[in-house]
Amino acid sequence: MSTTTAGTLSPHLKDLENESIHILREVAGQFDKVALLFSGGKDSVVVYELARRAFAPAPVPFELLHVDTGHNFPEVIDFRDRLVKRTGARLRVAKVQDWIDRGELQERPDGTRNPLQTVPLVETIEEQGYDAVLGGARRDEERARAKERIFSVRDAFGGWDPRRQRPELWNLYNGGHLPGENIRVFPISNWTEADIWEYIGARAIELPPIYFSHEREVFNRDGMWLTAGEWGGPSKGEPIETRRVRYRTVGDMSCTGAVLSEASTVQDIITEISTSTLTERGATRADDRLSESAMEDRKKEGYF
Amino acid sequence: MTLLTQPTDSEPAPGAAASAQLATRQTLRLCTAGSVDDGKSTFVGRLLHDTKSVLADQLSAVERTSRERGHDGLDLSLLVDGLRAEREQGITIDVAYRYFSTAERTFILADTPGHVQYTRNTVTGVSTSQVVVLLVDARHGVVTQTRRHLTVAALLGVRQVVLAVNKIDLVDYSQDTFEQIREEFTALAQEKGVAEVTVIPISALRGDNVVEPSTNTPWYTGPTVLGYLETVEVTEATSELGLRLPIQYVIRPQGTDYRGYAGRIAAGHLAVGDIVHLGQGRTSTVTHIDTADGEAATATTGDSIVVRLADDIDLSRGDLIAGADRPEGSRDLTATLVGLADTPLRPGAKVKLRYGTSLVRARLTSIDSLLDIDTNHEHPGEAIELNDIATVTLQLAEDLPTEPYSGRGLVGSLLLINQADGTTLAAGLVR
Repeated sequence: MSTTTAGTLSPHLKDLENESIHILREVAGQFDKVALLFSGGKDSVVVYELARRAFAPAPVPFELLHVDTGHNFPEVIDFRDRLVKRTGARLRVAKVQDWIDRGELQERPDGTRNPLQTVPLVETIEEQGYDAVLGGARRDEERARAKERIFSVRDAFGGWDPRRQRPELWNLYNGGHLPGENIRVFPISNWTEADIWEYIGARAIELPPIYFSHEREVFNRDGMWLTAGEWGGPSKGEPIETRRVRYRTVGDMSCTGAVLSEASTVQDIITEISTSTLTERGATRADDRLSESAMEDRKKEGYF
Repeated sequence: MTLLTQPTDSEPAPGAAASAQLATRQTLRLCTAGSVDDGKSTFVGRLLHDTKSVLADQLSAVERTSRERGHDGLDLSLLVDGLRAEREQGITIDVAYRYFSTAERTFILADTPGHVQYTRNTVTGVSTSQVVVLLVDARHGVVTQTRRHLTVAALLGVRQVVLAVNKIDLVDYSQDTFEQIREEFTALAQEKGVAEVTVIPISALRGDNVVEPSTNTPWYTGPTVLGYLETVEVTEATSELGLRLPIQYVIRPQGTDYRGYAGRIAAGHLAVGDIVHLGQGRTSTVTHIDTADGEAATATTGDSIVVRLADDIDLSRGDLIAGADRPEGSRDLTATLVGLADTPLRPGAKVKLRYGTSLVRARLTSIDSLLDIDTNHEHPGEAIELNDIATVTLQLAEDLPTEPYSGRGLVGSLLLINQADGTTLAAGLVR
């Protein structure tokens, strides 16, 4: 497959990297208190890696914020904690469980906590006084996200109003906002899933091991390979099988499915996704299957 | 609404990238524009579909919705209309960005809607584009909207424009019709100063000449739309400008002597040892260039870098590091503005002005003329409304080293911002 070696980027990747670093430096230049949403998933890892390169030799001037659903893959939490230790990042964790314990959020009947992240996110932004929040969302992921700006104004409730979006011209990013409002910033808007993997390969970026093929006990629900965990497990009639799988996305365990895969290196994965007939969200995210406008609705409520 | 009746292609995507080419893969940024009902959503859907950029789960969602609406074919426009209101009303509200790739290139496509807020959306889409693809309906030829889009493309410095003459099947693949449209458009483009025009007969619905060459147009020997996009060499107006590096951020790690000025090179290039000009007669020498790959000896336009200088000089965000041709600072500015907000801008208005990485207070001194985009005539005006294009004079609260718009907006572009709520009021090009 690719002959890309660590340290060499194609002109295309170099262009994306230059653009993303420019955006990250605009954020540092325009805002006072910034959080970088960090889940341990590949996209947030790439944003953090770009930020490290943007501000070296100084530390990244943003705090990492993990909105923790409590339904975590242990390998991802372990990866997150090692990364924090290795790089000296500042990490803040907002736990969905705390909101549930205080009676401010309720478990959903289907057990998924992904949609429950919105309230802790919006309230943490308010409590900490963040005026900008960086996220790893990409426009190629989903069609509502295809209409998102790089600098996206959110009202005091964190809500997205597609009709109120600012036109974004040239490389001039306008971070102006009213007190109480904040700007969500998406530095890798123009990257595709393939770009992310080629960059991870070229820059030799470490990821949680669940992105690569491994043996796992899984069960099949609505065509999606799920794994038992704190969130629950198979119901009656859902047999557990041992399969070789990997994860294409990392989110709440209850709604993030694995794909059957033998891909154990970055190169294998680049080959695999280039021949896949499913998008990463279609293959692995139960929450986006709820309705045609599931993502648009979540964004309007303050999801990133 | 247009429908595609051909059966769904369920073959796996053939791997967008042949591996050997990955290392040399380039980006092309383009935008599509057209008027209502010229089939633009179907065209973009066709481009994505035929380059195998649409995957099975996206197609099955489109199939499901097409069926629910009672269409007996696949409505490709559903692929690109992302918001609920757009799907329900069958319209496109906002600029959307699409990604597809072939062995040669990766394409970033800004898809701009044709009707509401047309200039605002077109300006936004065109501002980041190297190439613009305009659509017309072969039955109607060049219309007002085509002239407007071409005017915007020329204004923003796009030098290569493709005209896709769509629905050529509905005029029985008539060469005469095509030639008439081609001649009219080519003359118009020349008048507007667009350097290179390519006109292609297509049917987005049937797939003629979008990705695959058509046997229905034997008289046409030029490239398909994708063929053109894969091979076009983007030409820039020759730029004589020396280095322009607006400082975004100063990097100063605590407890070290390191002091680096971070920014993205807007024009020219730079080498270690170069003398740079910093304003007020100050100069210094570049001692280091730091990049995402570590130290470099040189850097060029488009690179995000950090520069270290030989002298300890007080520079901060908003300052400009430049070559010997550094523009003089000035408080007066003539600019062409495009109105982007619902509230009109009148002479005397106090705003914030973003130029490069500077943000300064400014006042709209006068509206010198408004452009009638349909007739190309200028006339006096009292206010700049949404979508208006106007020539104005601005007064700045501080000296800024401004200079004429070039490099498709890397130099000489600006925004006017509402002081109270931060909204973007207008985009501008320095004259």
